[in-house]
Amino acid sequence: MLIETKGISKTFGTGSSAVHANVDINITIPSGMIQGVLGENGAGKSTLMKILSGFIRADSGQILLDGKPVDIRTPVDAIRYGIGMLHQDPLDFPPMHVLDNFMLGQDGRLILDPNKARDELLRLEERFGFSISPESYVDSLTVGERQQLEIMRLLWMGVQILILDEPTTGISAPQKEVLFSTIRSLAQEGKTIIFVSHKLEDVELLCYKVAVFRQGIFVGEMQPPYMTEKLVEMMFNKAISLEKHEPSTMGSVNLKMSSLEIEGYRIHINAGNLELLAGEVIGLSGMEGSGQELLLRCCAGLIRPVAGQLMIGSKNLTGKPYLAFLENNVAFLPASRLEEGLVPGMTLMEHFILAEKSRGFFLDLVDGRTRANDRISEYNIHGTPSTPVESLSGGNQQRALLALLRTPLNVLLLEHPTRGLDIESTIYIWRKLKERCSKGTAIIFISSDLEEILQYSDRILVFFSGRVSPPLEAASTSVDQLGQLIGGKGWEVFSRQGEENAKA
Amino acid sequence: MRKLSSTWLNIGFQLLGVILALAFTTLILVLAGAPPLQTYGLIITGAFNSASGISNDLVVWVPLILSTAGLLITFSAGLWNIGVEGQITLGAIFTTGVLRIFLDTNVPPWLIILLGILAGMLGGALWAILVGALKTFGGVNEIFGGLGLNFVATALTLWLIFGPWQRPGVGSMSGTVPFPERLWLPQIPGLRMSIWSVVLGIAAVLVVYLLLRSTYLGLKLKAVGKNVRAAFLIGIPTSKYMMISFFGCGLLAGLAGAVQVVAVYHRLIPSISSGYGFLGLLVAMLVNYHAIWAVFIAFFYASLNIGAIQLPIVLKLDSTISGILQGMLVLFVLMVDGVRQRLLKK
Repeated sequence: MLIETKGISKTFGTGSSAVHANVDINITIPSGMIQGVLGENGAGKSTLMKILSGFIRADSGQILLDGKPVDIRTPVDAIRYGIGMLHQDPLDFPPMHVLDNFMLGQDGRLILDPNKARDELLRLEERFGFSISPESYVDSLTVGERQQLEIMRLLWMGVQILILDEPTTGISAPQKEVLFSTIRSLAQEGKTIIFVSHKLEDVELLCYKVAVFRQGIFVGEMQPPYMTEKLVEMMFNKAISLEKHEPSTMGSVNLKMSSLEIEGYRIHINAGNLELLAGEVIGLSGMEGSGQELLLRCCAGLIRPVAGQLMIGSKNLTGKPYLAFLENNVAFLPASRLEEGLVPGMTLMEHFILAEKSRGFFLDLVDGRTRANDRISEYNIHGTPSTPVESLSGGNQQRALLALLRTPLNVLLLEHPTRGLDIESTIYIWRKLKERCSKGTAIIFISSDLEEILQYSDRILVFFSGRVSPPLEAASTSVDQLGQLIGGKGWEVFSRQGEENAKA
Repeated sequence: MRKLSSTWLNIGFQLLGVILALAFTTLILVLAGAPPLQTYGLIITGAFNSASGISNDLVVWVPLILSTAGLLITFSAGLWNIGVEGQITLGAIFTTGVLRIFLDTNVPPWLIILLGILAGMLGGALWAILVGALKTFGGVNEIFGGLGLNFVATALTLWLIFGPWQRPGVGSMSGTVPFPERLWLPQIPGLRMSIWSVVLGIAAVLVVYLLLRSTYLGLKLKAVGKNVRAAFLIGIPTSKYMMISFFGCGLLAGLAGAVQVVAVYHRLIPSISSGYGFLGLLVAMLVNYHAIWAVFIAFFYASLNIGAIQLPIVLKLDSTISGILQGMLVLFVLMVDGVRQRLLKK
């Protein structure tokens, strides 16, 4: 089936905090095509896929199937038109039997026909070379098998256009081969495949053409032979340049990891050894979900490492709870400000009071108000002590979070400290952070903005599918080099070093 | 200006909720073949027409406001303490137990009563802590834990009444042997009401009001209730504070149970909590964290209970009709509020 989009636009939020997730997207994908979609986090690829599959609606624009405009309001509509999406985390039902799960979503039947469904399931399995027992439970399957089940379910529902969102994350190499051959055979019989990924290698290996998105805009397409450098440039090119890089002056060791290993839902991270010095900034780079979040949260005491040791200053805090880290002046700033950082429904002043140590039993509101006013003016927050935090703009929320941090701090851990902020706010926030560094705070931060990583870090760790690069000197690393590493290319250089690190 | 108009809009919507609740209840009355106006008239006269009517309202109001005040603490921490019924019951059991222990001693009656009340608070708190511990350490949602423990509390009451604390001869649903009048909270002559219990009720509301408004503890509980994840990251030991809120609610629910024994029934009866825990949940939901409003709403609910008592005699109408109005008020006010939020979002 031929799918076209005409002028699809989608904006989240309003006013100055509006995010233009899709801007006038025009794309044409004929049947039999394996279309790659590349882009960094927040580039707008997921938004477009969600619009195509009915999870969200576009503000404007049209979707055409075989030249006819269609109105897709819900995922059910999308399925009826033959568009199915395989989500990164399969939308299946772990406590159910494979067969029951397979039969879900079949339309308009009062009485199930398990025998027919079983025959169909086995026929599809035979065709693609899968082997999943219809009687086993979904939660006993591997991620790869759950994907296979979901693909078969979508096909049985008559899907003509199959969208796959980051399908190669967390599956084994043989499963990836099976997946790719399945995709190829589906394309051969005329199905339209949209393959969303950040892995350059996978895209180059599989796709007949590749569309690149950046900051909500469809940048362009490329057909084989693919030029990796060109793709990286299309993905990461930034128009605005930040301030000049300034190296930090460093002091004693504030945080030390030894042979640290962390386990996530799908990945195992071998973070190895690292010494973080007072005043130093380390940037964690990589696609979301590559392991950097886990490492950061492990350093905050929110996740326990499965092996190795974590020292804060001279104290061994391995396996200690978060509050112990907090007491040792480790602070963690989450990316989702209103979900994890701030308490919606409470005012700025209440936040400042909470962040301080309680003095006595009763609140001193007069003192609280004075202090809140001081912080508000010091951090340039556009609000008053009685402003509820949820009514602040993103930049102001972020400044409020910074204003909540205690002093002194040994280690400051930041998830996407400037995500969604304009350049002015970004520079302001980093000035505040660097002030702390000059007083001996060490910073580890995650960012998907390569410029920001190179700009403000002294050293960089790159993450790819749970692999961690050795620390790279920011001063001698280029955007291009970083972009390739994030996409999983150019890791061979580290393999020898990596092995040595693992041994050490 | 905009804020003002939205305040009026809110009040308008809440009034609409009340009107809808009345309309629905009226419909039920019509369907039941009862004259609506006369029914409402009877409820009002029953509740307010005499000193004894009003004093009876207060007899219901005290345990209701105590459990509501307790529930405001758990609500603030974002917890659904359905187990409040059981906590009231355990309070009554503990109070009865202590009163029985000292029944034939020379300990001054005021001290026995005081000890009984304190024991009741302790009993309620222990039962609540159990719910909290099940949640924190056992991963049992407080709704399920509380519900389960409510049944256990009822069973415990029945076992005591028909077992160890049986009346001489044969146990009966009318409860244990009534305590002598010296172990009653002093009552106003001629009325069933004790001024002491009203004082306890008012004191409890004030304490909770101050706690939630002006203390670190209250602020932290609110933070836990509104965003447990952020509260934890800010540095509040959230599990501990959840336990504290259960403890606080348990104390007040236990106090309600104690009052039922020392000021109302003077013995342990099978349904000693009289459903005031569940009714308190309704009141707490309706007042949306405002302790002071709870005073009036609880009084209104209490007077509905009392006013409806004579309905069966005069109109052959079951007195549960007041329950319909109480429930409908909550449903419609919450529903209208939900509709309002939906409309404003667009």
